[in-house]
Amino acid sequence: MVELLDVQNLKTHFSLREGVVHAVNGVSFHLNEGETLGIVGESGCGKSVSVMSLLRLIKSPPGKVVDGKAMFNQQDLLQMTDEEIRHVRGSKISMIFQDPMTSFNPVLTIGRQMTEPLEEHMGMTGRDATEYATKMLTTVGIPFAGERMSDYPHQFSGGMRQRVMIAMALTCKPQILIADEPTTALDVTIQAQIVDLVKRLRDTLGMAIIWITHDLGIIAGLADRVAVMYAGYIIEEAPVKELYRNPRHPYTTGLLRSLPRVDKTAQHRLVSIDGLPPVLYEDPAYCPFASRCPLKVARCLVGNPKLLPVGPEHRAACWVDLEIGKERQ
Amino acid sequence: MTASNEVLLHVEKLVKHFPIMRGIIFQKQIGAVHAVDGVSFDIHRGETLGLVGESGCGKTTTGRAILQLQKPTSGQVVFEGVNLVSLEKQELRKMRAKMQMIFQDPYASLNPRMTIGEIIGEPLRLHGLADRKGSNERVVELLELVGLNPSYANRYPHEFSGGQRQRVGVARSLSLNPSLIVCDEPISALDVSIQAQVVNLLEDLQQQFNLTYLFIAHDLSMVRHISTRVAVMYLGWIVELASREELYNHPLHPYTQALLSAVPIPDPVAEEQRKRIILEGDVPSPVNPPSGCRFRTRCSLAATICTEQIPEYREISSGHFVACHMAG
Repeated sequence: MVELLDVQNLKTHFSLREGVVHAVNGVSFHLNEGETLGIVGESGCGKSVSVMSLLRLIKSPPGKVVDGKAMFNQQDLLQMTDEEIRHVRGSKISMIFQDPMTSFNPVLTIGRQMTEPLEEHMGMTGRDATEYATKMLTTVGIPFAGERMSDYPHQFSGGMRQRVMIAMALTCKPQILIADEPTTALDVTIQAQIVDLVKRLRDTLGMAIIWITHDLGIIAGLADRVAVMYAGYIIEEAPVKELYRNPRHPYTTGLLRSLPRVDKTAQHRLVSIDGLPPVLYEDPAYCPFASRCPLKVARCLVGNPKLLPVGPEHRAACWVDLEIGKERQ
Repeated sequence: MTASNEVLLHVEKLVKHFPIMRGIIFQKQIGAVHAVDGVSFDIHRGETLGLVGESGCGKTTTGRAILQLQKPTSGQVVFEGVNLVSLEKQELRKMRAKMQMIFQDPYASLNPRMTIGEIIGEPLRLHGLADRKGSNERVVELLELVGLNPSYANRYPHEFSGGQRQRVGVARSLSLNPSLIVCDEPISALDVSIQAQVVNLLEDLQQQFNLTYLFIAHDLSMVRHISTRVAVMYLGWIVELASREELYNHPLHPYTQALLSAVPIPDPVAEEQRKRIILEGDVPSPVNPPSGCRFRTRCSLAATICTEQIPEYREISSGHFVACHMAG
């Protein structure tokens, strides 16, 4: 498999009045061609900040990428000039966001907003761009695409707006599509439509996807590989089936057990994870999950476990070996 | 769960329309949003009735119309034998003590200028049930009950996380010992690991005080977990109502079937094997709902009769209600 993106030891800090918040703490992951990577975690775990850092979309100040490498096509995204990264953002890696309304310019028509990147990045003429954009809108399932080109964003429903955003993201045939909770604001039936659409486009266009979500349900049917984040760390990473069948970090186990299922009635109480995720103002010399962990041992309070292999393609950051329920040697 | 057969709340043909006006001085009504259009159901004492549907289907308006927070356009809401719709303000106020609400947004539903203690104690003072001292004692008791440290009483809402605030909302709703609590999406603003905490709390309190819940939500997995019976709404109608097992295992309405199939399952193997029913298009506008069956525009079974006749909401088997020409 060809590696498309390789992120090493990414660190992002935010300097706030209360102190320096360590939002992303040495995250490493890779993405292969045509692969879908799910990044899962709760609010504030650093999942969005990680990918925003890659694309250099972190507002500075207060934010700053303090360390790391992100190799894409033999080039480090973090070392590129502003001009170079702008070119990558528009055409090689594109992104779709949670709330389509705030990501559009409300005073420009959809047509204007769709043709701009085509003229900018692909050097198309106005007429070609319009024709191509209309074709893209049809591909993502917008009825009467030609007429709707002259509509403004507020004239579309939530689901339709997300379709338009996907069409915009795909106009320049990106190698990587980053989806940051694109279905969170949508109803389940519309979510199913969008997921179905993205899967279909992925299979026809062959792009790789990074799908960021808090929803372990949606990622189960979508991703090839999943990384679970907590407090700015990737605490577990595995192929999707392996992760759900054999989770090896107590946080992942806890999350999976706290979810009720629509296809089965649980015979027991939901397992809840007590307490709250921490906000880190330092590099912790302890496991950041320790205060909420049911399996905590003495070592968890004096050392922060590294993400280490626990099986084929399976890595977890925990001092306790969940398989035997005992501390690792 | 200790659900009895005693009907605590009986809702009959409840309608809530919001008028659409035109003009500034000489206003005239040019239409109406048909938010809730004739829903009927019972809630038994001690049970949890789940009310599910997508945004804009009228589930929140139903909850608010039951509590008379919004005056229903027509219909009856009979609570403990009293029709709330015809009550005078003063009498209604007394009844309100027995029915409370937990709101969706734990940030907007707590007054930022009041301490947690004041927020939880306010209903007691408003209803004249306790003086300052008495209410303080009750506040301590309630905070302990919902798993918060009693010393938090003097703090302000901004010092708390979403999950903790929702516990405060639960404590406030319990302060008057209500029998019915309308939970309006109480967990949808919370993170996954915190959702389970709040749901477990609600279940424990139900056991302890024999509470009755109307649990409004769009998360069908959580509704399956917490409900005794479930009602599905679409465009202002209840299209199906049945016991939990019946509804999830044998859904009869095509909308329920599509809705259930759209919910992702946190299990890649199960996801691979299931068949999804993908509904086309969006929910039509409640200003001008489709003739006949409101779901027909997105329904794969739609026939001529569906355009012409409103499907009757009928009991197809014991306790299983459905509004569809094609069902059964």
